Amino acid sequence: MKVPTAASEAQLEQLKREAELNGRVARPGVRPPNAPFPRTSYYDLPLLKPPVWTWEIPTYFFIGGAGGAAAVIGFAARLSGADPKLVRDARRAAAVAANLSTPLLIADLGRPERFLNMLRIFKPQSPMSVGAWIVAAFGGASTAAVIFPRRLADVAAGTSAVLGLGMATYTGVLLGATVIPIWSKNVRLLPVHFGASAVASAASALELMGNEQKALHRLALGAAAFETGLGVVLERRGVKGNLLRLGGALSGPVPLALRLMGRRTRRVAALSSLIGSLITRFAWVEAGKTNVTHTAATERVADIRSGSENKKPIPPVSSDK
Amino acid sequence: MAITGFLTDSTLCIGCKACEVACKEWNDVPADGFVFSGLSYDNTVALGHSTWRHVKFVEREPLIGHGGNSGAQVTWEFSSDVCKHCENAGCLEACPTGSIVRTEFGSVFVQPDVCNGCGYCVVACPFGVVDRRPDDGRAFKCTFCYDRQKFGEQPACAKACPTGSILFGDLEAMQSAADARIAKLHGQGVTDAKLYDARDTSVGGTHAIFIIRGDERAYNLPVNPEVPTVHLRAAWTSAAIAAGAIALGSLVAFALGGGKR
Repeated sequence: MKVPTAASEAQLEQLKREAELNGRVARPGVRPPNAPFPRTSYYDLPLLKPPVWTWEIPTYFFIGGAGGAAAVIGFAARLSGADPKLVRDARRAAAVAANLSTPLLIADLGRPERFLNMLRIFKPQSPMSVGAWIVAAFGGASTAAVIFPRRLADVAAGTSAVLGLGMATYTGVLLGATVIPIWSKNVRLLPVHFGASAVASAASALELMGNEQKALHRLALGAAAFETGLGVVLERRGVKGNLLRLGGALSGPVPLALRLMGRRTRRVAALSSLIGSLITRFAWVEAGKTNVTHTAATERVADIRSGSENKKPIPPVSSDK
Repeated sequence: MAITGFLTDSTLCIGCKACEVACKEWNDVPADGFVFSGLSYDNTVALGHSTWRHVKFVEREPLIGHGGNSGAQVTWEFSSDVCKHCENAGCLEACPTGSIVRTEFGSVFVQPDVCNGCGYCVVACPFGVVDRRPDDGRAFKCTFCYDRQKFGEQPACAKACPTGSILFGDLEAMQSAADARIAKLHGQGVTDAKLYDARDTSVGGTHAIFIIRGDERAYNLPVNPEVPTVHLRAAWTSAAIAAGAIALGSLVAFALGGGKR
């Protein structure tokens, strides 16, 4: 039972006045249970669809990027008249990476048997189309660079180096030019980030193949220093996540410190860079998925779909008095 | 051919889901699970590879002209969502196979015999519409009943709608019908009724337009949808800078010499 008060009676008088003056009352009356309802979301459900890509894509980002950078390093080594073993190793690394990339990309397709449809058209406004042509051409050029005779091999290696620059960087464009917020907000960073990561992994892989040129060390050192700085920038921009941090640490400060410590720890640094580079690509792809699906409502629906819904008590209906 | 469009009027929708059923039946869209979401009466949850029409159940406090005044009642706004068939369509621009095309009716169509399921359209849609069907491998979304339109018929959802909430016709006629309806609603005191057509965004307008009430976010519609091609310039500039730095860095690293260790 409610007790009439001065305030409640004044409210009724005011309603009467408003009704008399306007012919209607511009107020909702009694508030329903659970009010106020959110006006700015639809049950906290995500608006966007998460990327459908599985492990093949980040693995390809790593392998393809490293292969592309290896082709560039091999060409620079050839131009400077460096050890033929380094040139040979770089070309082989590029060719192996290119020939691993294509199967990975095909495997991720929903209809792998239709992979050639990628080359039906060339579409400059689609990074996926540009990328498909780069991958196809890089695969041809880098393979030719290891099987062709001398002069022809050099021409193929030069072509493969130019395409390798694309291989090392376009994957950043591929992620950046999408609607996934965490990717598109970092659209300027991603191509540079992936490029540096590619250089670090290519130089590191060549070092682990037994090449000990200072040039490789310099490249890996530069890339590690860049990745360290980029890690700070990402933290400041609010790009946070444990997988990203792990990948960032293993490709930035860890190899940087190990390389500065001296020659003996260079191989450990190289290994760290490679693992860090791989983790970084996985972290970015996973970040895109988490970015668009991580809400309470989706988790609940997903739980129901998987039949693992927790038996949580139903919250009591709040009576608004 | 005339450019056609949908006008979906949320103020006339009764939430019967006839459009969802009509769409599934005509297009042979597979079932997408029997799920009790607990989110109002919306157990469809979202548009997807196997849901091309989706009725949203927007619960809110009683508004003038709607709902009762008992404590147990809420205002219910229903809204049948569909692919927006954007003027600048992110999915169409992103598609590397040319599977996604613009039809003679102005709609955006995924050719199922060309799609190879690369999944890039999924991350290019600012409305979260197109998706890859896991067991099939290809991307699917509303076809705007291209097959029916070829025979001069309206799409299945519009034909099955019992209240005229889903109107179909000439896009320009739909736009003027929407303006007239909104003016009428405003006259009736429904002053928060408005048109949602994303015209003032980089999407450049849609071929499926909506009359909604209040904040579009309550309908899970983006305030400022962006076609991802707007990022291309920044992305490729960054890639060019990175490529230049890698080329220069590699040349310098070897030019400095030093041989081994």
